[in-house]
Amino acid sequence: MPKPLLSFLLALCGAWLVSALSAHLDPYYLDVLIGVGINIILAVSLNLIAGHTGQFSLGHAGFMAVGAYAATAVSLFLGPRLIGDSPTPGGLAENTLFFAALVAGGAAAAVAGLFVGIPSLRLRGDYLALVTLGFGEIIRVLLQNFEPLGGALGLNGIPPYTTPFWVIAAAALTVFVVGCLVNSTYGLGFRAVRDDEIAAAATGLNPSRYKVVAFTVGAFFAGIAGALFGHFKLTITPAGFDFTRSIEIVVIVILGGLGNTLGVILAAVLLTLLPEFLRPVAEYRLVLYAALLIAIMLLRPQGLFNFSLRRPAAPRV
Amino acid sequence: MTEFLQQLVNGLSLGAIYALLALGYTMVYGVLRFINFAHSDVFMVGAFAGLYLAPIVPSGPILGGILVVLGAMMVCALLGALIERFAYRPLRSAPTLNVLITAIGVSLLLQSVWQLIFGAAPRAFPAVFPARALSIGGLDFSSNQLVVLLVALILAVALRFVVFRTKMGSALRAVSQNPRAARLMGINNDVVIRFAFLLGSGLAGAGGVLYATNYPSIDPFMGVLPGLKAFIAAILGGIGSIPGAALGGLLLGLVETFVGGSEYSTYKDAIAFALLILFLLFRPAGILGKTRVEKV
Repeated sequence: MPKPLLSFLLALCGAWLVSALSAHLDPYYLDVLIGVGINIILAVSLNLIAGHTGQFSLGHAGFMAVGAYAATAVSLFLGPRLIGDSPTPGGLAENTLFFAALVAGGAAAAVAGLFVGIPSLRLRGDYLALVTLGFGEIIRVLLQNFEPLGGALGLNGIPPYTTPFWVIAAAALTVFVVGCLVNSTYGLGFRAVRDDEIAAAATGLNPSRYKVVAFTVGAFFAGIAGALFGHFKLTITPAGFDFTRSIEIVVIVILGGLGNTLGVILAAVLLTLLPEFLRPVAEYRLVLYAALLIAIMLLRPQGLFNFSLRRPAAPRV
Repeated sequence: MTEFLQQLVNGLSLGAIYALLALGYTMVYGVLRFINFAHSDVFMVGAFAGLYLAPIVPSGPILGGILVVLGAMMVCALLGALIERFAYRPLRSAPTLNVLITAIGVSLLLQSVWQLIFGAAPRAFPAVFPARALSIGGLDFSSNQLVVLLVALILAVALRFVVFRTKMGSALRAVSQNPRAARLMGINNDVVIRFAFLLGSGLAGAGGVLYATNYPSIDPFMGVLPGLKAFIAAILGGIGSIPGAALGGLLLGLVETFVGGSEYSTYKDAIAFALLILFLLFRPAGILGKTRVEKV
């Protein structure tokens, strides 16, 4: 994306515009917009891990869960002590608290990302996919057994802090940070690690560091997405962040094309809107996702929205 | 002591089912080097095949049960071969990641199509083997658990015979050691790979019926957790190693049953994953696997 800073500022202006107009817009569209934004954050952050760095992760919903729970804990348990029981809705105190909750959610998820990133140093391909899946499941089981955070019933009565402004701003920030990171000189290392780890190490890069950085940054934004999700749905349960949720994010990234940020954003928009249009046939949604995955891998492995010509990779022997 | 033996029997009978599934994973991994995520859903299809076969077989108690197991094995072997032909063969020269994603796609497709056709509600599985409560020396167990152990043992011995004593078996081992050299020796890799899928999926079908005999409530998503755990069992034993898969399955079944009987029972489902992570970090080759040196 050219001129990332300009696009970022434009997106922020757009966010402000939407929030200024939100009183006049149909709440249904605003809800859909929030859903699209959250999915963009999730997909772009997973794309940093799986697309740019080549570390296929099936545990993204786990990071989301950590972020959602950490942020909810801040706004639900710390909130009343910090800003009192009845702050002005939409006031400064509330927004500051929400900002703190978002950062807490992101930070907690980043720590989880760090823990998952470390085994990724030794594993690759399908083993790594399985371990990240395992981490996602372990996080879910731990949350289910942790009574202070609601156990299997989850947390209810979360304050509705998520507004279109916050979601658009967070999505813009995610795209901006990930875009700048992978387009910088430092970021070339991610692609080098993906394309050939041994060659990358031979040229003096440290593949381990790149992998851990990718996991930590990706998990941070997944945590923010989880925090936004929690304050949007107002109730979170461990079962809501299961393997299926991870797969949904993976499908978006695959559909958009691994490592193709613009494509992934388009795919996130498409796959969030599609179920809205397909409400009458909602039960076919999973069939559609599965068929899409297979069809794309067989017919168009570079993703739906990748139009750059690329030489097909030589068959491995 | 009695309780210990009791849990031992329970664990072995669960582990035998994990072992049957793990054998399929390990064989496919041996020839194609990828996790066949759809294997767990072939297992689920096996249970459903058993559900629909049970009313139509002659109801001689033992004979009927054997026919149901054999029928489910045949259905699943066919399904496995079809999956291989249409989903995996076109990707033979594609990167591993693409094959892995396709496998996840096939798994989701089977689950969601099954849910559309049969509904998501759990169904009761008929008693295909005559269940009888046995009591030996203070140990209480059902005859089903013995049947599971016995059938699993017979199948494992049969598999060992096929892999180590037949021509097709040596071709299978040759392909898993070095596919290119095997092709130079005149082995048709495609035939061997299809054979691996037939065998593995057949075992998964038997596993599905046996699992449903012990836990008689089946639904389209029943395969997910046993499938994952069986794959973990295959890694614990050493992926690609057939005795390793059997050993890993039994071990995981035992560990899980003992944890399930203790005060930490709610963490039961996380144990397998924790074991997996520990093993991959400290002994990635598994218990019986050989460490491979990676060459540039």
